[in-house]
Amino acid sequence: MGKEAPIIELRSVSLEFGELSIFNNLSLTINQGDSLVLVGPSGSGKSSLLKLMTGLLEPTGGEVLYRGKSLSILSKTDHLQFLSEVGMLFQQNALFDSMTVFQNLSFVLNEIKPTANEEEKSQEILKLLQAVGLDHVLDNFPGELSGGMQKRLGIARALVVRPSLVFYDDPTAGLDPITSRKIVNMILELQKKWDGTLVTVTNDMMRAFQLAGQCLFCFKEDFVLTGNEQQTRQHHDPRVQQFIHGQVQGPLEAL
Amino acid sequence: MIEFKGLTKSFGKRTILKNLDLKIEKGKIVFILGMSGTGKSVLLKNIVGLLKPDSGEIHVNNFAVHQLSETEMMEVRKFCGMVFQQPALFDFLTVFENVAYGLRKHFNLEEEQIRKQVKESLELVALGDIGHKWPHELSYGMKKRVSLARTVALKPKILLFDEPTTGLDPISTNRVNELILNLSKNLGTTSIVVSHDMESALSVADHIVVLDGGGLLTQGTPEEMRTSPVPLVREFLLEVSE
Repeated sequence: MGKEAPIIELRSVSLEFGELSIFNNLSLTINQGDSLVLVGPSGSGKSSLLKLMTGLLEPTGGEVLYRGKSLSILSKTDHLQFLSEVGMLFQQNALFDSMTVFQNLSFVLNEIKPTANEEEKSQEILKLLQAVGLDHVLDNFPGELSGGMQKRLGIARALVVRPSLVFYDDPTAGLDPITSRKIVNMILELQKKWDGTLVTVTNDMMRAFQLAGQCLFCFKEDFVLTGNEQQTRQHHDPRVQQFIHGQVQGPLEAL
Repeated sequence: MIEFKGLTKSFGKRTILKNLDLKIEKGKIVFILGMSGTGKSVLLKNIVGLLKPDSGEIHVNNFAVHQLSETEMMEVRKFCGMVFQQPALFDFLTVFENVAYGLRKHFNLEEEQIRKQVKESLELVALGDIGHKWPHELSYGMKKRVSLARTVALKPKILLFDEPTTGLDPISTNRVNELILNLSKNLGTTSIVVSHDMESALSVADHIVVLDGGGLLTQGTPEEMRTSPVPLVREFLLEVSE
């Protein structure tokens, strides 16, 4: 696969659910090492966009390309390559509650790399659990962990295949702000270490600014790239200003 | 008035609330802040008897809640409205019947009176004539408002909110804050809001309580919190955008 092509590219993508048009003619490029944050009101298509990029949804028009090849017609080998290169953290973590902390990671690694050396796999898992500060609870079950610890386990599991592209769907939802900031710091440290590419959905502007190389504001059928924190704060679009300041009055409807 | 004296609550080996003393004044909006796992929601659930303390006392108006049986507790629940994080509407009932549910269950009212109270409650949360709709026809925000209407229909003297703005975008967060403020003022309730959100607390609360390690860390007015030297409060203030 061509390494020079963008890791993900959306070409004139449209998505409709029946008569409901979610977005229309969207083009977007994500390169290796980018950190893109999707923000916007509920129901504006953030999660749908994430699902298009991971191949969980197919566009009704246009193309989603992974390293220059269309996601919808990847060969079996290319699809396996895609899966081994992509990590995803779900909003509700989606941990296996019948498996220990260690097994939650080893299960994924065994699925994606069945033939790799067992000892090396164990070492890999231990190193990662150390990095997220969970190496003291290897044999505990998810139900025995706090919300913040479960989130860190979800992140470790998303990273266990050493993905070059990681999708985080609301990685700090429901956590207190202090724990949230620590988790985002950890995500950024791991990204720096491994030169990863990040795509994150969040409702929390503080976290968005902490993460964003580039913010993408999703408004119904309309998308605006606003740049990093400083550029976004100064952006001229009144909807962007209304959103980051949380003003109830303005062009965007609340709730 | 609500008062906790020496409240202690454990789950297995984990002690969540440790000997907590706290008074909440009548008619105020009080925000309870703290890190995840410090017992904020546990405190709320103790007020309405969804959890019982291991030791200590809870007084809600003239009721010694810690001594009440489940049947006696129903009296307290009539004037204590709890708003859950998720809308938790009955999806087999229309909006009207959702809001009327508690009225039918707890009070022996004429149909005419029920209609009037449902209409008033929907108006209080800025919803018009949507009584005939079903929950699945509503947006998330509207569902949230219907669940608020259902709680206020019972004309509670005390409103309890469990993380009302968690997971909402900034505009919706402020919208919910406005609702809390307007409802509390219009109905003259005592409102207790459990939250992670210092920014909301500073804009809505009359009084802010910060819990840490299962006990009271500090408390004061929003103005006092803004200049608090307490390290955890300073960390929460870092999250306030302006």
